[in-house]
Amino acid sequence: MHELGIVMQVIEQVDNVAAESKIEKVTKIIMEIGEVSSVIPNIFTDAFEWAKKKSNYLKDSELELIILKGITYCRDCKKTYDTVEYAKKCPYCGSLDTYLVTGNEIKIKSIEVV
Amino acid sequence: MGVLHLYKGSMKEVRTIVLSKSVFEENDKEADALRLFLKDKGVFLVNVMSSPGAGKTTTLIALINKLSKFLRVGIMEADIDSDVDAIKVAKETGCKSIQLHTGGMCHLDAGMTTQGLMELGLEDLDLVFLENVGNLVCPAEYDTGAHLDMMILSVPEGDDKPLKYPLIFQKCELVLINKIDTLPYFNFSMENVRRNISYRNKNATVIPISAKKGDGIDEVVEFFKKKTNK
Repeated sequence: MHELGIVMQVIEQVDNVAAESKIEKVTKIIMEIGEVSSVIPNIFTDAFEWAKKKSNYLKDSELELIILKGITYCRDCKKTYDTVEYAKKCPYCGSLDTYLVTGNEIKIKSIEVV
Repeated sequence: MGVLHLYKGSMKEVRTIVLSKSVFEENDKEADALRLFLKDKGVFLVNVMSSPGAGKTTTLIALINKLSKFLRVGIMEADIDSDVDAIKVAKETGCKSIQLHTGGMCHLDAGMTTQGLMELGLEDLDLVFLENVGNLVCPAEYDTGAHLDMMILSVPEGDDKPLKYPLIFQKCELVLINKIDTLPYFNFSMENVRRNISYRNKNATVIPISAKKGDGIDEVVEFFKKKTNK
């Protein structure tokens, strides 16, 4: 459900850029979504398809989501591993002293405009 | 907003504007500005999060009644609708309070927090609690501009919540375990919950309390006295 709140923010920010850049309309929004960012891609897309109709710049635009892999780094053995598969515990040495390097992103990468 | 990099597309008139920015970037900037502003004013802001029914309001009432002896405390209640919390807190603590309505949104952002604080008025306050919307997902994603994020987890919710909602536990410097008077009735292990919290945040302070009976509240009062140097 919280995808809708994020979609509304994306639309507001893209609308602002569109107004500043004096363009006619936005044809595509390309976003980067981390695998463990808590955004569920198909729900996000559904929310976008519903919400875009409210924006003059965005009503005909297409959304592309690039999913970024979740990668965790282990401070003890200095290796990185797949977060979705192993979560917090390092599969190499069993340490819990690990942190997420990538995978938490919710970013607007670029927009295509005419 | 940073510099826009414009590229001419190779076909027709479609061009690409590269933004490369986090959806939360604007909010984060507003939150940083608010934090600095409050520091100058000598006001310490605490963002209080939990799931619905964990006991935020009851805990804050118990806490404010003791903290008011040392500090001038204000409270902002955020809800999707209704003003039951603000009325209840004002009545039971006598502290300055205000109700914010998020208008359907499941969280508060820095802009809404700033508006609320301006409405509340900061002149005669040392410490402000912001009671966020009851939810363990969205409020954790939006920086409100608070100096301290805290959360309340209650015994009936289970000791596995830090594993299920990692972000909120990662963010919170203070975790209160509420309703410890119900421990005999639930399969809740204090040892497990402390371990699960430390997986997410090694430096979190964990204090078991019963807001209803008053257990542990003094320890929380000491924590805030230390934080605000009073």
